[in-house]
Amino acid sequence: MNVARRVLSLMHLCFVLQNIMTSRHTHTKRIEGLDKNVWVAFTSLAADPSVVNLGQGFPDIPPPSYVKEALAQAASVDKMNQYTRGFGHPSLVKALSQVYGKVYERQIDPLKEILVTVGGYGSLFSTMQGLVEDGDEVIIIEPFFDCYVPMVRMAGAKPVLIPLRLKSGKKTVTSADWFLDPDELSSKFSSKTKAIIINTPTILSGRDELQMIADLCIKHDTLCFTTLPGMWDRTITISSAGKTFSVTGWKLGWSIGPEHLMRHLQTVMQNTIYTCPTPLQEAVAQGLQHNFELMGQPECYFSSLAEELEGKRDRMAAFLQEAGMPPVIPEGGYFMLVDVTPLNQDLSHMVQDEAYDYKFVKWMIKEKKLAAIPVTAFVGEESKKQFEKYIRLCFIKQDSTLDAAEAILKNWRKI
Amino acid sequence: MSRQLQARRTAWLEFTQLAADHRAVNLGQGFPDFSPPTFIQEALREALSGGYQMHQYTRVFGHPPLVRILAKFFGRIVGREIDPFEDVLVTAGAYQALFCAFQALIEEGDEVILVEPFFDCYQPMVELAGGKTVHVSLRPSQKVEGSGVPSSGDWVLSPEELASKFNPRTKAIVINTPNNPLGKVYKTEELQVIADLCVRHDVLCISDEVYEWLTYDGNKHVKIASLPGMWERTVTIGSAGKTFSATGWKLGWAISSVHNMKNLKIIHLGSVYQCPTATQEAVARGFEREYELFGTPESYFQQLPAMLHQKREKLASCLGAAGLQPVMPEGGYFMIADISSVKVDLSDQSTEDEPKDFTFVKWLTKEKGLATMPVSTFYSPEHRREFSQYVRFCFVKEDSTLNAAEDILRKWSQTQ
Repeated sequence: MNVARRVLSLMHLCFVLQNIMTSRHTHTKRIEGLDKNVWVAFTSLAADPSVVNLGQGFPDIPPPSYVKEALAQAASVDKMNQYTRGFGHPSLVKALSQVYGKVYERQIDPLKEILVTVGGYGSLFSTMQGLVEDGDEVIIIEPFFDCYVPMVRMAGAKPVLIPLRLKSGKKTVTSADWFLDPDELSSKFSSKTKAIIINTPTILSGRDELQMIADLCIKHDTLCFTTLPGMWDRTITISSAGKTFSVTGWKLGWSIGPEHLMRHLQTVMQNTIYTCPTPLQEAVAQGLQHNFELMGQPECYFSSLAEELEGKRDRMAAFLQEAGMPPVIPEGGYFMLVDVTPLNQDLSHMVQDEAYDYKFVKWMIKEKKLAAIPVTAFVGEESKKQFEKYIRLCFIKQDSTLDAAEAILKNWRKI
Repeated sequence: MSRQLQARRTAWLEFTQLAADHRAVNLGQGFPDFSPPTFIQEALREALSGGYQMHQYTRVFGHPPLVRILAKFFGRIVGREIDPFEDVLVTAGAYQALFCAFQALIEEGDEVILVEPFFDCYQPMVELAGGKTVHVSLRPSQKVEGSGVPSSGDWVLSPEELASKFNPRTKAIVINTPNNPLGKVYKTEELQVIADLCVRHDVLCISDEVYEWLTYDGNKHVKIASLPGMWERTVTIGSAGKTFSATGWKLGWAISSVHNMKNLKIIHLGSVYQCPTATQEAVARGFEREYELFGTPESYFQQLPAMLHQKREKLASCLGAAGLQPVMPEGGYFMIADISSVKVDLSDQSTEDEPKDFTFVKWLTKEKGLATMPVSTFYSPEHRREFSQYVRFCFVKEDSTLNAAEDILRKWSQTQ
């Protein structure tokens, strides 16, 4: 073989080796199939300033000023800029034990029964990783906040889905008209069931249904990721400073539960994040302290915010109805589901293999400059047909945003 | 994960409690007790009074102003175009960046080489990801008698021993430079040895560089990702907390080629989702300021190591006077000291199987009111005994704290 050919064959060999080398470093099995995410897909589309964004669930109204001031003040104290206690800043866990102690009417140990996490999200993650094993089953009610399924799968467990169903023949629908079929729910429990996840307030808020779930949990010795009377020993309750004080960008949340479960969540925390930001925790502690004293009174932010949102909810429901889109009036939360079937929007020109609601939202953002979130992002494959005519709108928005949305809907048929 | 989880750091929690109970002067914990620089506190104040967006969700993988400046800042250092949206991930502290890296890259049965002494979280994180740790120790090379104070630079890896740890199951090696607890700053030649092995065996490198701005005596921090063949296989981790003396902000980042980063992003998305907006905005402004002042005397990255240089010298001389033998760190927050020559009888104090450094730390905290950390906690169980004659001091403390420590050490040396 002459020199040139020898060199060429050596280069070829190197090239082949290069391919072999880099192909070894692909993703790990635990993240198989988890790369798609509705928020990453839609937030950039909605970020266009000319789009009225009723999609992602964050307020565009300012948080209470005392909360912002508390953060500015906390950050000016030297100690508050350095590490604090891993499982939760002392003043915060103390305030949480007071507020929730009153809500649950029980003594909550701030050091053993509370964990502060990076958002409600971080609590869901710590719970899943701390309590759910490979091979377990976890029951999730559709529609569900989209992260539940990937988190269950990342823990090596199997999500078992059950859809809420609509009672037929109703003219004006509220979230109370959606129900869980008791026999269907019971059939989802098996010897492998480790837990059921409940998200409330959401569509599901009725007391009878929650009691039905509680009874099944007790019967099957299942954990419950919410709180219900008589359920303390098997429930982890998860909440969020971001949603409580309209500061979603603070990313602080917490889990509350019995010590024998909480210590596993605390161990996850030690091995993943270790501790949450100090000044943010101090500020939330002050906000909670402030409102604890006002609990039960109209000035309490927990009441005043709900009242303000009820007005916005009613307003949005009215202009949706006028536009011919029947809303599902929510009994709680930030969001309203809307059935777009009556609009009869022809989307046959959109050729992507996606559910109707995904196409509808993309079309609506482009043509109507109004952003929402498709509801099939919150359901499993089998339920897509049942939910693909629904979109989700967020109403925790200032009046000018709601005005702009109303104007778009009024002009809908004109274009 | 739950079955594999171990509650860790019980030793840390125990020593921290002991320090608090005895109201000890605390040189144990690794965080400053002085304030972050004014400009960073000002940046946060400004961010907080910004529009409503400062208090609401930002971009999942990192607030745009922050990822842009990180890409620009570090791109200039490594001499390559870093894509802010593909190559950078902002995390809840460097701790979460490490977690994402291990979960994204380590599979059941993979081997990961840890260079001892190592920051103790690496081991449980590797094990959590189903990996197996393989250890190789830095060792003090023989010094000529009377050749001055021992330095962290004397602690080296044996290239043969290191090479022997690589095999077909090796997935990654973890290095930390400047090192906690030793203070070693790896030289280019040392990193080249590691890089050659990584390239030859197609192994990834996780490089924990949280103390990157803290180098002393003219030592330069070198990024292994900047060596040939290493960008694609290195995940470089940094910390806003250590960079701006604001550990309580809990913000960090991971930077690597998109090929690796897309997987870290998935773990991040499934665990934390995103980091707080306002602190990211403030850190972005901090880096923008430092980008302009880089290399000049006004740069915080010049001023902080200059300030700590003095504190380090002072502590070393007090420790020496008290009979401990400090190892002068070339970088970082910490100094280790050899306690072998200390004239204290601890035989009645020690519990049966307790390493010597544990016993010493408890004695020093209780009897002298000075808290430190035992260095054997930074070693694998199999090597703990070999390295149980060192304790670790943090000197990133204000003068009053170091003066109090100095008083204790001086009084102790006078009784000897």
